[in-house]
Order: sequence, then C-alpha cells, then structure tokens
Amino acid sequence: MDKSLHRSLGLTDEEANVINEILGRQANPLELAMYSVMWSEHCSYKSSRLHLKRLPTEAPWVLVGPGENAGVVDVGDEIAVAIRIESHNHPSAIEPYQGAATGVGGILRDIFTMGARPIALMDPLRFGPLDDPRSQWIAEGVVSGVSGYGNAVGVPTVGGETVFDSTYKENPLVNVLCLGILPTDRLVLGQASGIGNLAVLLGNSTGRDGIGGVSVLASAGFSEEDDSAKRPSVQVGDPYEEKRLIEACLALLDEKLVIGIQDLGGAGLTCATSETASRGGVGMDVDISAIPCRELGMEPYEIMTSESQERMLAIVEPKNLKRVLEISNQWEVQASVIGKVTNGDSLRILSEVEGEVLADIPASSLHDDAPLYDRPKKKPELHQGLSGDELNPPVNVTNDLLSLLCDPSWVYKQYDHQLFLNTVVGPGDDATVLRLKHPVNGKETGRGLALTTDGNHRWCLVDPKIGTAMIVAEAVLNLACVGARPLAVVNCLNFGNPEHPEVMWQLSEAIDGMSDACVSFGVPVIGGNVSLYNESEGNNIAPTPVIGMLGLIDDLENRPPGAQMAEGDRLLLIGPETSGLGGSLWAANHGAIYGELPELDLEMHLKVAETIRTLVGTKLIRGVHDLSEGGLGVALAEMAAKSSVGVSIARTPNHQALFGEGPSRAVVAVDPESLTDVLTLCEERGVPVVRLGLATGNQFKIKDMMDVSLSDLKAAFINKLPNTFGVGTSNQ
Amino acid sequence: MDVAEAVSSLGASSKLLWHGDENIHGVDSIVIPGGFAHGDYLRPGAIARFSPVMKAVTQFALEGGPVVGICNGFQVLTEAGLLPGALQKNRGLKFVCEPATLRVETTESILTNKAAAGGNLHIPINHFEGNYTCNKETLKELQEENRIVLRYVNNPNGSIDDIAGVCNNKRNVVGLMPHPERACNELLGSTDGQVLFQSLLAA
Repeated sequence: MDKSLHRSLGLTDEEANVINEILGRQANPLELAMYSVMWSEHCSYKSSRLHLKRLPTEAPWVLVGPGENAGVVDVGDEIAVAIRIESHNHPSAIEPYQGAATGVGGILRDIFTMGARPIALMDPLRFGPLDDPRSQWIAEGVVSGVSGYGNAVGVPTVGGETVFDSTYKENPLVNVLCLGILPTDRLVLGQASGIGNLAVLLGNSTGRDGIGGVSVLASAGFSEEDDSAKRPSVQVGDPYEEKRLIEACLALLDEKLVIGIQDLGGAGLTCATSETASRGGVGMDVDISAIPCRELGMEPYEIMTSESQERMLAIVEPKNLKRVLEISNQWEVQASVIGKVTNGDSLRILSEVEGEVLADIPASSLHDDAPLYDRPKKKPELHQGLSGDELNPPVNVTNDLLSLLCDPSWVYKQYDHQLFLNTVVGPGDDATVLRLKHPVNGKETGRGLALTTDGNHRWCLVDPKIGTAMIVAEAVLNLACVGARPLAVVNCLNFGNPEHPEVMWQLSEAIDGMSDACVSFGVPVIGGNVSLYNESEGNNIAPTPVIGMLGLIDDLENRPPGAQMAEGDRLLLIGPETSGLGGSLWAANHGAIYGELPELDLEMHLKVAETIRTLVGTKLIRGVHDLSEGGLGVALAEMAAKSSVGVSIARTPNHQALFGEGPSRAVVAVDPESLTDVLTLCEERGVPVVRLGLATGNQFKIKDMMDVSLSDLKAAFINKLPNTFGVGTSNQ
Repeated sequence: MDVAEAVSSLGASSKLLWHGDENIHGVDSIVIPGGFAHGDYLRPGAIARFSPVMKAVTQFALEGGPVVGICNGFQVLTEAGLLPGALQKNRGLKFVCEPATLRVETTESILTNKAAAGGNLHIPINHFEGNYTCNKETLKELQEENRIVLRYVNNPNGSIDDIAGVCNNKRNVVGLMPHPERACNELLGSTDGQVLFQSLLAA
C-alpha cells in the first residue's frame, strides 16, 4: 500500500488500516480523502470527545444539546434561542481578513440551519502583543473581516473581547458566537429520511478554495516553512450570497418544504451528505456531475472536500421540489438536485446518475467509527517562574494602572451593533442586552436576552481547573450586572497540541473546572467547539477556554445601569475579601505568570450574583461594574472614564487589593439616599460590603497611593488602540 | 424592517416593496432603507439604482411624492441622480457605528417639517461610505438654497461642510446617512428619530 497518500492527507497508518477494515478492501484515493477530512481533529473531536462527556448538558429548558449544529433553549412565549460558538483560528493566522470573514459566515449557517434567524454575533478575539507589527496586521485584518462580512450580511456584532498577549503571537484566536431566534415549532434538525427523497444543494458553486481546510489547517500546528503553502486552504467569503441564502432557507422552512437541512462547513459536501444520512439512519447517492463547479476539471476529491462558502444541503420530498426551486429562484439562490436518499447505510459518490461508483462508504463510519483517543496527560513540572505575589510593590502605581487600561471601542465601532433594533446594551459593557421579540410577528415580550463571552488565559495557565471555573463565574456575574439570570453555556476550547501530554492535562482540567462551576450554578453546556493544535514551532498557547453565556432578563422595563456613576455617589465593593496576585494582568505585565489563584467560593459567588441582580432590578443603584482583569483599580478607572466623574477612595490597603483579581466582586455606585437600603439588602443576603469612597470631582484619587487627573486617565483608556492602529487603511 | 417597526411604533402602517417589482402599490411616501443592497459590490447603491422598483420610485419623486433615503438608501438616491453629490469612504478609512449629534439646519423638508430649527438630535450612524462630497458649485447651490437639512455637530467621517443630509430642490427627496429608525425607542437610548418620521408622515 502506498503510505505516502494517506499520510499526506493527515491520516496515521493505523487509521488507514481501520478504514480498510471498515470497507473490507483497500480504500481508493477519493475515499481516503473523505475519511481524512471527517476523521480530522477538527471534525471528529478525536482527542477531546472522551473528556467533553463530563460536561453537564441537560436542563428542562434545553431543546437541543451538543452534537447538532447549534444548541437550542426554550425561552418562553413560543420562542426558542439557538446559539453556537466556533473558532476560525488557523485560517485567520494565514489570511486574517478572509479567515475572520468566513468564520462569521460559517457560524451564521450553523444557526439558520436550525430554523433560527441569526440576530447577533459576538467576537472574542485574541492577538499577539500590541507592539508586534505582524500582530497588528493580523488584528486589523481580522477586525476588518468581521466588520466586512458581518455588516454586509446584515447581522449585528453586539459584543466580544479583545485581548493582546505574547502567547498569541504566532497563533491568534478568532472565536465567533452567533445567536438566533426561532418560533419553537420551526426547529429543524440536520437529518435525511424517506427513501427516494432528494438532496438539494443550495447557494454557491463549489470551487477550489478551502480544499481540506479542516485537515490541513486546523488539525496541525504551524512551523516556519509551510505557512504560505496553506493559503489555498483558506476559504473566501461572499456575504451577499449568504444574505440571500439566509432568506431563502428560512422561507423554505416557513413553508415546511424541507425534511432536514445542513450547512456545508468543515469537510464540505463529505460532511453534509454523510451527517444527514447517518443521523437519519439512511444512505445517499451523490451524483458528482450535478454539483455546480466554479471551474472545469475539478477532481471528485476536490469537489467532495472543498470548503467553498455559502452552501446548504436540503433534503426535500420530490413533490415539493418545484416550490423549493421557485423560492430559491426568487432569492436568486442556485439550487441543484445532487443526490437522493437510499435504503441502507451507503454513501455512494457516482460519476453521473446511475454512473460509475467512485466511492462507496458506510455513511455512519465517517462519524461513529472515527478514532477516539485517550491521549496521555501529564501535569506540567512545577513552574520555576516568578509568582505574582513575589513581585515588589509598584514603583509608580499611577503608571501601572494607566498601562492596564484599554478601551475596545476602536474594534466595535467598526461593527454594526444595532441592526434589528434589539440592542439595549451594546459592546463595551459587562454584558450585552437585546430586546426579545418574536422572530416572525415581531411582538415584544417585555423581556430581554443577555449575552457575554469570557476567557482568561492567565488564570488558566496558573490553574486550568480553577481558572476555567472562574471564567464561568465571571460570566454569571457579568449577566447579573445587567439583571439577567444564566440559561446556558456554549464553549470554545482553544488549546495547544493534544499530542503533548501537558496540553491534554490542561484540556482535561479545564473541562473539569467548567463542569464543576456549571453544575454548581445550574447552567447546562449546550454546545461547543474544540480548537487544538494552536501551537507554533512546538510552543503551545496558554490554555484558553472561552465561554459564551446566555441569560434572560424577566422584566426589561428600563436600560440596565451600566458602569456609570454621578457626582456624590457612594462607591461600594460588594463581594468577599480575597487576596493574591496570581494570574493577574498586573503581575503578567511584570513578568510573573505563575503562582496561585485567589479562592473561588461557588456558593458565595451565587449569593453575590443574586444580590447584584436584585440591586439592578430594584433600581437601587446608579451603576455597577464587575471586577475582572486588572482588579479593583481597573474597574474603578473604567467607571470614572465612562461617566467622566473622578473618585476619592479611602480604603485600599495595598497594591494586591488594587490589582488582585479575586472573583465574585463588583463595584456599585449608589445615590446617598439609597445607601442604607443597599447596605441592608447585602447584609440580609449575607454578602460582604466594603465602603470604598466617593464619586467626585476631576481627579482619580486613592488615598496615599495615587492621584491622577480624570483627563489623563480618560486619555490612557481611550487612546490605547487608536494610538497603535491610527486611522489605518482598509484591508479590503 | 427596522424602519417599518419604527414607523408602526408611531401608529402608521407600512408595506415592504420588492426590488424587482415595478409598482409601488399606491403608497403615500417611500423610505429607501439602509443595508448593503447587492452587498455594496462595485460601489454602494451602484447596482441597486437599476432595480426595477427604482423606475417607479423616480417617477413618484418627480411627481413630488415624499422619498427618504437612509444610509444605503441615500447612496442609492445619489447614484440614481435624485440627489446631488456622492458618498465616498470615511476619512478614517474604517466602518463607523457610533452615536452622532445632528443639528437641524432647515425645517423646510419632508423630513424635518416638525423638528425644531437649530435643535440637536441624537441619532446613530453606521456606515463605511458616509463621507459626503460634491463639487464647489453644487455645494454653493445647496448652501444658498438652504438644502442642507442636517449637519454633524462633530463631523465623524470627513463630509464636506459637515453634511449629514440634503434634499433636492423641490424639498420632497431627502437623503441622510444617520439612522433615525435606530433612535425611536427609549430602551435603545434615544427617541430623537421620531420627529423625523412624524415629519415624513405629515408631509
């Protein structure tokens, strides 16, 4: 057997042997190509599946859990919410604009595949250091790509994260989350059934872009020589095609003309045909000559593994075909019958109808028989590096605090974040708030959806288990700050090379931490994505699990307060006392990335979150902001910068108290008249409160520690990104 | 759809006109909304101006019917020659979505007849090509004929003479880059867009 072929496709010798056993014969090159994409790390989750099973996935309101294109929850009023998060890390490192743009396109299709109209995108982005020119190029290209595709396709980008850190210098992380709403009875699944039913390919023609993207790009690390050779594996996006495809597909679903529908993403047609067939327990014959191609002479393996964008596969009863073609025509979407559902389990690729059989594979074997690895895990050696608590106190507290500030509005101003008139709280606050309207009749429910994405690689490098639990906790608190209670989590697990035992240990620990926190908070994980091989030259990124958390606001009568304060307000720190600088941004900026994390008390955390949610609901507070990276100092500085009011803080014992990132804490600004009520409420709930001082004047003052003018503080906050990127040039 | 929601919140009704339709179905006024028609490929509005429905819209406008173009709709109206000038890429060469403060420069237009002259309106912008430009003669004409309907208080995109919106010489066709439909609900942060739609409904 020629070993070079399967190896060049990324299959191991053992995997190739298993394929031959399944088929009972030697696989031909087309079949090998199809297995190689479906058994890639990206599609098969072969290194992570075993561990993902430990996550809690059930709750009474969960309609669809992990394993489908998106998770779906029931939010009442006959409305369901579909949500998913994905990564487009590797393509974005090679070709930032298209990598990010097609990431947006892909996640949108995952949502409308479920019958949901996509109404919001979020983009958690992580780049190399701000002073690195290549990282700047990547950041500009990625932001332009999200903006270029998201704005044009007509789905608002309502939030996300922007992080710059040397761990992402060679491996930027481009995660994208999409949320859609659907009438509960429009929910559809990606499955085929009914022998003789037709497989209809909708949308773009198939081209040579993105050939084997998942196996070539996302299932291996980067090294010095081969990166430019990977560029043809990056897909190219067409947002206008996608816009028409969304409308056409939702129209087909409204008229109940399709039995199942599936988007073409990673692994292209191979994935869509085999997934629909195997989910429905049927087979499928695909006529390769019926697939519209962009160029002549495309080989069957290219057609079957191309990741050309903006394509969907619908399973249609023959009697409905005419109407399906009419609707497609109205939206100027190309539609072609490319196959039919067959008895049995065989996915057959034919040269033409009744023609030569080019491939004949048990459809389910592409999924169910995919390898499952319990890769070796090993806790890393005890870190020899500095811990945050061993650092000397800052020489200049003011400079240190100002250097931690970064206003991300340079990023989100490039995104349309208001389309559909839902955005009550947009990007830049603790969590985004959207009005909840019925997706078909537009009727208002008086309720709101809240969304946040959170990740923190510094915490997770120190301790992946507690660090990940802290991320989940932070998301719960972010939602509480806008008055929402958590409903569901989706996760995007960005890690290094799973063949390194230390990385597998990090992944396993992170999943345990996420599981502990989600169980404790009663929030199910309804979907996710694993991105491995974020490594370059053998160096892995710091473990970066990112979560998206969906929340519900039961009564959205007013806008949540946000990180505001007014002259004369009393400032309170709500939450437990914590200590330690391990994993903090301040310590990392001083070269100390190890140590110990502050304690996370899950029970106390819930009490704090409940208290904050109540305070937001009762309108007893003027403003609220949760403490996260940069600790108390950054939280106060952001409140001051956003509301243009100074502060006078009395009690801050030391720099640990200012920069430590202990969880379960938030600052609230309270009108003096409401102070007693707020203090009483906290006492009743058993939640500690510390009086910090006053919102006042034009100086940012912390007694015996710092005193800086509000204008200098605002300049440091606002100008960081514009000073780096300037007005720049368009990447288009 | 967003414009329809904003208009219906003011108690009026609306219907959506299909771009391929050659009929405007007897409506009282027309809003060409924002939103990347034809993906903004080639140039914003350059393809949409050839939509079959634009023939009927042009006829309606020439007969004095009230027509408003918002954002991409403004771009379509300039491409179609119903309004002078053109919209080029923002000075900063980036897409910009942010709140803007506008000054009402004239109440003699179908979009501002109920607004207060000289008053400020808080209405968001959301565009890449919002940088209004025209030749000197046209600018002079717009100024002298009082056809600059709205100006930015802090110019966000480099528009000539801070122009945010203009009208034709009959004052029945208005184009503006800001999105008044995004400022018609207290929950969304501003209700300053309402007075513009109320003006249109009264026109």
